[in-house]
Amino acid sequence: MQIARVIGSVVSTQKHPTFEGAKLLLVQPVTLDEKAQGPALLAVDSVGAGVNEKVLVVFEGRAAGAALGRKGAPVDAAIIGIIDSVDVHE
Amino acid sequence: MQLARVIGNVISTHKDERLAGTPLLILQPIASDGMDVGRTLIASDAVGAGVGERVFFVRGMEASFPFRPAEVPTDAGIVGIVDHWSQG
Repeated sequence: MQIARVIGSVVSTQKHPTFEGAKLLLVQPVTLDEKAQGPALLAVDSVGAGVNEKVLVVFEGRAAGAALGRKGAPVDAAIIGIIDSVDVHE
Repeated sequence: MQLARVIGNVISTHKDERLAGTPLLILQPIASDGMDVGRTLIASDAVGAGVGERVFFVRGMEASFPFRPAEVPTDAGIVGIVDHWSQG
């Protein structure tokens, strides 16, 4: 899992049927000290995250499909939690 | 599987319900000489690891296997606490 910041949402009318009703958000992966890391990516959201929130994202197909609750969905990233706090002890 | 040290934890109250009760720990992967290597990541913990410990973890859907039959949406999971290791 990676920490990411929700930076937007994506609207798509014509898409694979397994995406019907799924919320697609644009997430920017960040480091522990909040610096952007790599390009922004699309993730399905199953926890009701919103723009500007810090979230936990799985970047693996089956985990993302499980989060969405649909097996065989062509997804590779999903938001699985909204982060309250990150504690680094070092 | 890869070695890592546990450097912190992430608190998320509002998360996928199948992750309820599962600790989410911050890992820094390490090489066999104990030096940090690669990016930090967040992993689910199936063995009761704590901050400061050396652990080994899996990436991919196998991370959810310790929680079967539940299909837990995790892509990295701690599956062992390392007592010690040696090279050569």
